[in-house]
Amino acid sequence: MRALDQKLLRDLMRLRGVVLAIALVLVGGISTFIMSLSTYDSLVLTQAKYYRDHRFAQVFVSLKRAPESLQRRFLDIRGVDKVETRVVAAVNLDIPGFADPVSGQLVSVPDRGEPLFNALYLRRGRMVDPARDDEVVISESFANAHQFRLGDALSVTVNGRRKAVTIVGIVLSPEYIYEIQPGAVFPDYQRFGILWMARAPLAAAYDMEGAFNDVALSLTADANHDDVIDRLDEFLRPYGGRGAYGRQDQLSHKFLAEEFGQLETMATVFPVIFLGVAAFLLNVVIGRLINTEREQIAILKAFGYRNGEIGWHYTKFSLMIVAIGLAGGVVVGIFLGKGMSAVYQDFYRFPFLEYELKMSVVVNAALVAVAAGLAGTLTSVARAVQLPPAEGMRPETPTEFRATLVERAGLQRWFAQPTRMIMRHIERRPLRALLTVLGIASACGVIMVSNFQEDAIHHMIDVQYGMSSREDLSVSFVGPTSARALQSLKGVAGVAHVEGFRSVPVRLHFEHRSFRTALQGVESDGELHRILDKDLRRIKLPAAGVVMTDYLAKILGMKAGDWVTVEVLEDSQPVLRATGFARPKTFQFADVLAGSQPALRLPLVATTKQYLGVSAYLRRNVLNRLLEEGDVINGAYISTDSRYQSKVYSRLKDMPRVSGTVIREAAIAQFNQTMEQTILFFTMVTASLGAVIAFGVVYNSARIALSERGRELASLRVLGFTVGEIAYILLGELALLTLMALPIGFMFGRALCAYLVSQFESDLYRIPLILEPDAYSFATMVILTSAIISGYLVWRRLRCLDLIAVLKMRE
Amino acid sequence: MSTTGANGVVFQTRGLTKVYDMGEVQVHALRGVDIDLYGGELLVLLGPSGSGKSTLLNILGGLDTASAGQVIYRGRELTTASDSELTEYRRHHVGFVFQFYNLIPSLTARENVAAVTEIARSAMAPADALTLVGLSERVDHFPAQLSGGEQQRVAIARAIAKQPSVLLCDEPTGALDSTTGIVVLEVLERINRDLGTTTALITHNADIAAMADRVVRLADGRIVDVHRNVEKKPARELRW
Repeated sequence: MRALDQKLLRDLMRLRGVVLAIALVLVGGISTFIMSLSTYDSLVLTQAKYYRDHRFAQVFVSLKRAPESLQRRFLDIRGVDKVETRVVAAVNLDIPGFADPVSGQLVSVPDRGEPLFNALYLRRGRMVDPARDDEVVISESFANAHQFRLGDALSVTVNGRRKAVTIVGIVLSPEYIYEIQPGAVFPDYQRFGILWMARAPLAAAYDMEGAFNDVALSLTADANHDDVIDRLDEFLRPYGGRGAYGRQDQLSHKFLAEEFGQLETMATVFPVIFLGVAAFLLNVVIGRLINTEREQIAILKAFGYRNGEIGWHYTKFSLMIVAIGLAGGVVVGIFLGKGMSAVYQDFYRFPFLEYELKMSVVVNAALVAVAAGLAGTLTSVARAVQLPPAEGMRPETPTEFRATLVERAGLQRWFAQPTRMIMRHIERRPLRALLTVLGIASACGVIMVSNFQEDAIHHMIDVQYGMSSREDLSVSFVGPTSARALQSLKGVAGVAHVEGFRSVPVRLHFEHRSFRTALQGVESDGELHRILDKDLRRIKLPAAGVVMTDYLAKILGMKAGDWVTVEVLEDSQPVLRATGFARPKTFQFADVLAGSQPALRLPLVATTKQYLGVSAYLRRNVLNRLLEEGDVINGAYISTDSRYQSKVYSRLKDMPRVSGTVIREAAIAQFNQTMEQTILFFTMVTASLGAVIAFGVVYNSARIALSERGRELASLRVLGFTVGEIAYILLGELALLTLMALPIGFMFGRALCAYLVSQFESDLYRIPLILEPDAYSFATMVILTSAIISGYLVWRRLRCLDLIAVLKMRE
Repeated sequence: MSTTGANGVVFQTRGLTKVYDMGEVQVHALRGVDIDLYGGELLVLLGPSGSGKSTLLNILGGLDTASAGQVIYRGRELTTASDSELTEYRRHHVGFVFQFYNLIPSLTARENVAAVTEIARSAMAPADALTLVGLSERVDHFPAQLSGGEQQRVAIARAIAKQPSVLLCDEPTGALDSTTGIVVLEVLERINRDLGTTTALITHNADIAAMADRVVRLADGRIVDVHRNVEKKPARELRW
């Protein structure tokens, strides 16, 4: 081995503390990068494979009822490839030992063979026997939430008739990765479940023999998605079609897509920030490390080593450090990535996981790390080799001595000599001080980013459930119902207050943009469900026009005063006829465009601040009038006396027209749980990696400052300064720089959070930019703890400075 | 670069001036130095601190550049040479010995010498160079395991191992006691005599001047006296 390579290895060993601390920073950056991107890539790949292997349908439509003979005619619609009809029924469930109302969806499986679409993955047990009318398979999430075992019995109310069934299998379905009750914001696996039953017995129980009310389709390769949907809507209108929709509007897929979108944001923004910060720090610390080699560079030059040879020597030196960091980062990144993917696999209940680490991810991480390391090395080496060797071999002497600002202001008598040394040292090397400050500040910012979301989520809950949705529970009815139903709800013992609402599925159009959501008719002076403006003040609903979630207005590109076109996706004719109301008008947008039906157009009056979901609101009586129906509701907000809660639940269970119940407390718990399992888990991991980076920066700053000033400090020791006094000079400077870095770090962190918030906006929720004092104090605590530990480690070294060696050296 | 005969002029300086710019003050280290160095000669540069002797040696060795004036090494002008030309010059023609040895602490004696021989054209084996300075038993020791005199002898071995045509020594005994210092000077004397290496040696110790062929005295950046020893004293007879 060449002598210089020997030197390289020994120097790496000698400087192992610094080398490891620098590598640690890199491990933090690279492992975040690899963990995030590989987790995201793995989830996307797994989802795609799951969808493909289990034949997730491309278009869905539900309808009132159509004869089975219609099935063949679907294939005549241009763009439709394959079709499968189904029977889907909303049911209420009675679970022994569980008082809260539980609702569910009962989906048919074909009597013969595998379903064409949305094939089930059997986890345990077996599929249903088509000949039996008392067997169901249930989703795993639902089964786990109630700890159901094979053979357990359930009571299902289908079509008003109660039926006992037995669980024979536990399954997963690509269609219900997320099981969300219509109207709920997040899945609640205890109170809403999916069950599958053989087609024949389900059809018999639901009066659907020889008929269907749900269709799943796939499209030909050349199909135009939107055209097919328009044709399907037209085709199914006579059968009470509720509007066909593609995967992007399929509830489970939509939620999953939103979640993945957020993960993608986190998986790209976080690692880029982390890697960027790590690269910056690598650049700074390697640069400073090379600076301490100034004398050795001069010696090598004196012996006739060429600049290129010296550059290559130190390039190898930093590449070794980068290699250690890279190797550690890749190993830790894969380990965390696999762990995190497994957590998400469990959360999303994917039947399998395809872990994928793309080579390009590793290559990119390596390129960034190598580039940052080389930039730091080469700039420093270039600076060092520029000096004539005679000068380089002398200890670096500052060319300018001057009194500091403080001294010029005449304040020096307030400071002892060591303090003045600290201030002069900082002022003499402002760039180095600035880089140290920026390094610590960026570490501080990174920790804030990974921590801020918790505060934001608490704020979201406060606003959503404390100020806006103040009801204890909301119930929905099987269909539009006379507002007189409110009276019977009021009559239930324990119910304190009741407000009805009318919700109708719609597609809103403005210019070329459209969005599928619900139009909510609520009481204008409602106490339980309040509409808030951007300053979170209550808005009174206007007599004419709609109020929209600000995010919805943004999606549609609307501002107050614009008119939105409403396409109603509900045909409730049979129900209303049964209850004696006038026939409602069904608005089909195709007809609106064709001019055969008048457009239902409404002015946007105001926008409302809402962090969860997207909706449009108007007064219920206005909505009733627009739908040409009477005093009709299809749900109610209820506040209860907590002492009678279980009594209220059991009464609601017995009400045949109540199809679903959302309990506020459960919703909050679900929301928290979802957040904890997805975003907060991710941020917890990144926060720890941020802390690693922070420690690496602070420790490096202290450790390199020691090697830069070891001689000076040892000289002071010789002059009689105590260890404490020289520690004060060195660590006091670090402390001062750390304190200066904190406010800059706060600003940096806040800016990063603002950027993340803007990237996080989705239909599901918008995270507000809320940074409570604890986000600042947590970041401060991590930085200060790192500083104290680093200070302690450096102090230990100061205690054993070699005083004799410094006396022998020339100064 | 071409070489001239053993007794030809190796270095020639004319009006050599060096000014250090120390921020607000300018320090004149050399104020017009004219001197010639001859092949195979042992020259001692004598003078108090700040007289400019180290600056002169550094410029001769291509470690520093002059502010004005000329340095010609074997017919080749050094003052106009580029950084890479100076590097090549140091690499193949000059050996340095410094007061504080400047060994690379993470390399053993042999490796310190090897660091230089690996890049030289016709170097001797590191072990041979160390034998020449009487350190054949200590080749695998790190600098920290060697005494000051031994470290300086390693530095000398490192300087001569590439068989330079000039050896420039800046206070080689400055950090050593007299007994050790004399051992080091004996080594330098032997190298100069046996290998015929032109040697320039800086010292502020007038007693050492007795071993030189010629003694040049500097003061305040100027040559104040040049004196030729009629009879050289062997290094082992020196006392201070």
